[in-house]
Amino acid sequence: MAQQVPLAEDLFTWPAEEPALIGGRSSDGKVVFPYRSHKLVGGVNEELERVELPRRGTLWTFTGQRFRPPSPPYAGDDTPKTFEPFAVGYVELPGALRVETRLTEADPDKLHIGQEMELRIVPFGTDADGNQTMIYAFAPVGAEEGHGDGSE
Amino acid sequence: MAPSDVAIIGTGLHPFGRYPGKSALEMGEDAVIEALADAGVEWSAIQALYAGSMEVKNPEAIVGLLGLTGVPGRAVFTGCATGATSLAMAANAIRLGDADIAIAIGLDKHPRGAFSDHPSVSGLPGWYGEAGLFLTTHFFGMKINRYMHDFGITPVTLARTAAKAFRNGAANPRAWRRTPMTEEQILESQYLNYPLTQYMYCSPDEGAAAVVLARADLASKYTDKPIYLRASTLFSRREGAFELLSPSLPLETAPSPTVFASQAAYEQAGIGPEDVDVAQLQDTDAGSEVIHLAENGFCKDGEQETLLAEGATEIGGKLPVNTDGGLLANGEPVGASGLRQIHELVTQLRGRAGDRQVAGTPRVGYAHLYGAPGTAAVTILST
Repeated sequence: MAQQVPLAEDLFTWPAEEPALIGGRSSDGKVVFPYRSHKLVGGVNEELERVELPRRGTLWTFTGQRFRPPSPPYAGDDTPKTFEPFAVGYVELPGALRVETRLTEADPDKLHIGQEMELRIVPFGTDADGNQTMIYAFAPVGAEEGHGDGSE
Repeated sequence: MAPSDVAIIGTGLHPFGRYPGKSALEMGEDAVIEALADAGVEWSAIQALYAGSMEVKNPEAIVGLLGLTGVPGRAVFTGCATGATSLAMAANAIRLGDADIAIAIGLDKHPRGAFSDHPSVSGLPGWYGEAGLFLTTHFFGMKINRYMHDFGITPVTLARTAAKAFRNGAANPRAWRRTPMTEEQILESQYLNYPLTQYMYCSPDEGAAAVVLARADLASKYTDKPIYLRASTLFSRREGAFELLSPSLPLETAPSPTVFASQAAYEQAGIGPEDVDVAQLQDTDAGSEVIHLAENGFCKDGEQETLLAEGATEIGGKLPVNTDGGLLANGEPVGASGLRQIHELVTQLRGRAGDRQVAGTPRVGYAHLYGAPGTAAVTILST
């Protein structure tokens, strides 16, 4: 039976009551996203600790995508006719990093640098097995659920 | 100024634009023939060849069109910084004693529309492309948006930059976009990537450029106006720099590779930004040119707002920038773009730029490139 699956493994905890992005932390306290198993730290090939990233942060910068990205690689369910512009940005997650992300709000007039944002896991496309793929996005805090990426 | 052991003795350009039915190599051939004629040397005199292209895997195959002389020919590629690399490698071949005369060539022919590829070519996971994030244009929108917020740059300054590019393009008979546009038209065109509008972006296109270099002590044999290579630097990004195609960034920030390439180039040349008479700065979009003015040491962050209102970067201003219309008016055939910059600087320094000639006797030219995956290069030339 078709189900909801993350677009890629190790992107975020799923299924989960409160999903979170997954990062990798090295012994010097630095965090990387997406998660990777190891990294050179001070010349030593270190295994990274799998950590859940904060679910809330502030909008550091953003822009908009007006036309459907070239496909492949883009794998959205939309077509050039049904494509809805979307916004992307970096959200600063306190104590962790700035993560590049799609935003659920596409209108630049409703976005501003410094805005409080929170993680959402939203439907995106369909995989080869007919499952609905899910991706991470950030929404302005307080925005209604389910209005992300034209997917309501 | 530090002494130089390499001189440019000739340059050639196949104008950038769209040429249905003409291959990138054929455009390269035209550019080389023009550069050889400018230098007054025969093809058979070339002892080393470095050719850059994004779309042509073996651009050194150009020898098949120019003549099979056995010349050592090598392909080079460093993204948008390719032109600086082919020039530096040709210069190094001369410095090492491998050649007395060498040529740097750039040629490309891109399909229409935004650059597209599989994320793995940039070391990124597949999902990044599937999700619609593998687009360099996002970075340009996001970087200038943050920069405007931090330093009080307004959309009018972006529009001024684009309007200047099209004005300079109109004065350049070999530019692609030769229709002047008003700041209003530029501001009112639709957003491609907020806050950048359609006319604030350059487009990928087609074209070629070539530069002939010689041992400095031989240069006067070929030209009465040799242009000396004073510096060439290239740096990749450092941890913390805000760069293209980054799924995440650390909280601790670092300057762009442009800052390091620029500082190292001034040091190599033994000059400072105040000594530069004419500059070429990577203007993938209008915001990039504005930011690059500061990153290359020509002003402090935020001063662009006043400088551009005063016309400082116009051909008649105190630091003319992108006098041939830059990427905005010429488009970007990636492999050739950096050598177009060199061609324009040499044309200006020799006083041959016609309607767009910088007044007085410009002595020092500065060229800057920036692109994926976070690479910046600077070249400094002088009479």
